Amino acid sequence: MIGIEHYLVVSSIMFVLGVLGIFLNRKNIIVILMAIELILLAVNLNLVAFSAYLNDLTGQVFAMFVLTVAAAEAAIGLAILVIYFRNRGTIAVDDVNRMKG
Amino acid sequence: MTVFAFYLFAALMIASGAFTIFARNPVHSVLWLILAFFNAAGLMIIVGAEFLAMLLVVVYVGAVAVLFLFVVMMLNIDFAEMRAGFMKNAPLGVAIAVILLAELVLGIGAYRAGALELGTPDGTAATLVGESNIESIGALLYGRYLFLFEVAGIILLVAMIGAIVLTHRGTTNPRGQQDIAKQNARRPEDATRNVRPEIGQGIEL
Repeated sequence: MIGIEHYLVVSSIMFVLGVLGIFLNRKNIIVILMAIELILLAVNLNLVAFSAYLNDLTGQVFAMFVLTVAAAEAAIGLAILVIYFRNRGTIAVDDVNRMKG
Repeated sequence: MTVFAFYLFAALMIASGAFTIFARNPVHSVLWLILAFFNAAGLMIIVGAEFLAMLLVVVYVGAVAVLFLFVVMMLNIDFAEMRAGFMKNAPLGVAIAVILLAELVLGIGAYRAGALELGTPDGTAATLVGESNIESIGALLYGRYLFLFEVAGIILLVAMIGAIVLTHRGTTNPRGQQDIAKQNARRPEDATRNVRPEIGQGIEL
């Protein structure tokens, strides 16, 4: 039978893949955003697994809010990406120092 | 059967997650990401969270992934140049990933060995008896978490306004926009000229 540990291991692997994606694709901000989506997907899977095994729906409601924030983050991130590309003509983000932050 | 489906979905999801970050072309990355979302929805259905699974397919695959696809295909990007530094960052990235995974698996092992107490829910948010998953979530969402639900709506509104404000080009649009003051200031005597040309002499412009 599938226990909660199976789900925890699968979502751990997904989380680590997302972190690895951020490290490997340092230049390509589109893939970085996709890696963040992978991380949020892993978190959602974790929340849903715990919610199901503890029979407490709060986890699923929380996963819905995570989904909401992920959608908002993707929209804002891609909007910033589009105006960055419009100004610079590239999306290489390893040398973003225009704002000298 | 359930076990088989779990391992199928889990293996496919991990494989497509790996292809998402290793693909050379970001368009392929988005497509692998969509496959990962579908398999995650399958895993959620196995565990009994049908509403979240459908939400994942509709919101993520239908909106977010398609948004990614639009942006990737709209921007003209030199993908080969993007790959530079991939191998340079690989050792550090893989090392950190392995360490992170080892720590997470260690934590899961500690839980499995009984060293961690999860705590027990008080049962006030349990699935309602005789109701489906979506009805129970709806009762919780429109009851106890109503204000959080409205805050989520405000977050989406702010994100929508922010995306529009960021990408709106304003009046410097090269296609030209209507300048109402200029239109109103235009007078007939500046714009037109009354001439009576002689027949056969041609006209002077």
